[in-house]
Amino acid sequence: MDPITVIRSRTVVMPSTNIDTDQIIPARFLTTTTREGLGTALFADLRKAPDGSPRPDFILNRPESQGCQVLVAGRNIGCGSSREHAPWALLDYGFRAVVSTEIADIFRNNSLKNGLLPVVVDEATHQWLLANPGAEVAIDLPAAALRLPGGREVTFPIEPFARYCLMNGIDEMEFLLGKAGAIAAYEARLA
Amino acid sequence: MTAKTLFEKVWERHEVVPETPDTPAVLYIDLHLTHEVTSPQAFSVLRSRGLEVRRRDRTLVTMDHSTPTDTAQVFGGVPIALDSAAKQVRQLELNCAEFGLDLIGLRDQRRGIVHIIGPELGATQPGKTIVCGDSHTSTHGAFGALAFGIGTTEVGYVLATQCLLQRKAKTLAIEVAGRLGPGVTAKDLVLAIIGRIGVNGGTGHVIEFRGPAIAALSMDERMTVCNMSIEAGARAGMVAPDETTFAYLKGRPRAPQGEAWERAIADWRTLGSDPGASFDKSVHIDSGAVEPMITYGTNPGMVAPVSGRVPERPGDAVFARALAYMGLEPGSSLRDQPVQVVFIGSCTNARLSDLELAARVFQGHKVAPGVRALVVPGSQQIKREAEALGLAQIFIDAGAEWRESGCSMCLGMNGDTVDPGLYCVSTSNRNFEGRQGLGSRTLLASPATAAAAAIRGRVTDPREFIH
Repeated sequence: MDPITVIRSRTVVMPSTNIDTDQIIPARFLTTTTREGLGTALFADLRKAPDGSPRPDFILNRPESQGCQVLVAGRNIGCGSSREHAPWALLDYGFRAVVSTEIADIFRNNSLKNGLLPVVVDEATHQWLLANPGAEVAIDLPAAALRLPGGREVTFPIEPFARYCLMNGIDEMEFLLGKAGAIAAYEARLA
Repeated sequence: MTAKTLFEKVWERHEVVPETPDTPAVLYIDLHLTHEVTSPQAFSVLRSRGLEVRRRDRTLVTMDHSTPTDTAQVFGGVPIALDSAAKQVRQLELNCAEFGLDLIGLRDQRRGIVHIIGPELGATQPGKTIVCGDSHTSTHGAFGALAFGIGTTEVGYVLATQCLLQRKAKTLAIEVAGRLGPGVTAKDLVLAIIGRIGVNGGTGHVIEFRGPAIAALSMDERMTVCNMSIEAGARAGMVAPDETTFAYLKGRPRAPQGEAWERAIADWRTLGSDPGASFDKSVHIDSGAVEPMITYGTNPGMVAPVSGRVPERPGDAVFARALAYMGLEPGSSLRDQPVQVVFIGSCTNARLSDLELAARVFQGHKVAPGVRALVVPGSQQIKREAEALGLAQIFIDAGAEWRESGCSMCLGMNGDTVDPGLYCVSTSNRNFEGRQGLGSRTLLASPATAAAAAIRGRVTDPREFIH
């Protein structure tokens, strides 16, 4: 994975609360055996009519949303199914960060594993972001800070080890494989 | 010595390396459940890095999500109708052969929904850490295991190292007093709990369900409750192991036998939360006040008594949008809402006692004209038992479809779907938009309420059939 430092982008706003992973990518797309190309299935039922044509009123289909890398969502995005296809689809589509007041546990974990930044902000910041779609923001991973236009800055919580891995392009598998000695010792105690 | 919770005890037993401010704990996983949907990309990672599966003996593999429930496609030599599903099933067979894993395959008599066969085989045990690339792994917490869903990247970590990097979750005690009334089930209880704490009420927490009402539940019922912990956003749900737990496990193929069994239960008895152990949060519920429940919206927290009404929330645009999707009016009565499909199945409610309850309601009745009722047992073993007990015949005589086991219409991956705009009373766990098929409208309820709806063709209080 490429190291992540600062993401600068305009925002796309989806104010719905409880956007579940079934909405992010419906189950019928999960019969794939690879992780590539899932961007076409992102929000499929919201984005496309049953005949496959784009729904013009859906936010991602509007011209101002093109090229945006930061998704601002209503409270509690990512609830429901553990499908990692959800962050895979968001990343493949072009998103690099998701911002909300609450992000569901499994989705947040899956996002961190793939370099999609889960950014949890306070209520006031969230309200401002919801009210200002298309705002130019910067997400500074080393500082764990979200910068809004006009210089306002808020910090966000992020698990320190996950942040270290993302900033340095390190993958956690290597770290775990490096613990083989401790794992073998634990297994010996079990036996 | 400090008083500890059940969760803390299980957690501490599995720390290979304890957490520090800079690094999460390395947590050992006793049992890894694997299925066809969330594993292919993990096996690809192992292959590309030249890694092997560290503990084949701790990896239980089966197929359930995209498998057909049509007998001809499972046993009759008819090809799997859905090409992509057939390919995924084949990929799992290839991956298991390549990595030397035993596979409980499509025609295996032990096959079933992964969260149903783990307990059925006795592989699910108190005090274990159990993970699976599926959020309903929380089901296994009913045995006093720490069981939670993971993503595919983590499936790869567990295959290669039998460990995960984890931060310790917070604890939430849900104390349930009283006794469930007649015709009121564990499903109604857990729906009422989610209605109370919300779909994010458990985020960041492991729930321990406690109190006399929980102790009085059977293992099947405890599994229904723990299964839906994730629908409250919780990492996991747990129940302290007790005599009910031990009686369920005794003699099962993968449970300890003989002297090892005696040692195991002596150990399991020590797992329950110590008196005075403290939880980060607690909630009290009176189960005597719970009625048969049904959802009316697009998440499991949007729930009301079957005898109740759709709430009114003027000015709430998200709420209004959910009701518009469901085609329901604020303030309207839920009872008598017409339904076209009934699904009795899923890891929430497809165990033998669920089918017995549904059969009690169906006995002597017919599925209403214009209603499609699908009964999908949770495992092939449950299917055989239900056939031996005559339950299957009751469903067939009533005009319901009796299928092979699998996840089926809970998420419609295998082609068992609800058509756009139709209402489905479902014993599954999620009523999200499009969950059961594009445009499907799901009303979550108990097996009794689902069977009653099938007979009347509309939402019905099951107590009209249970005396």
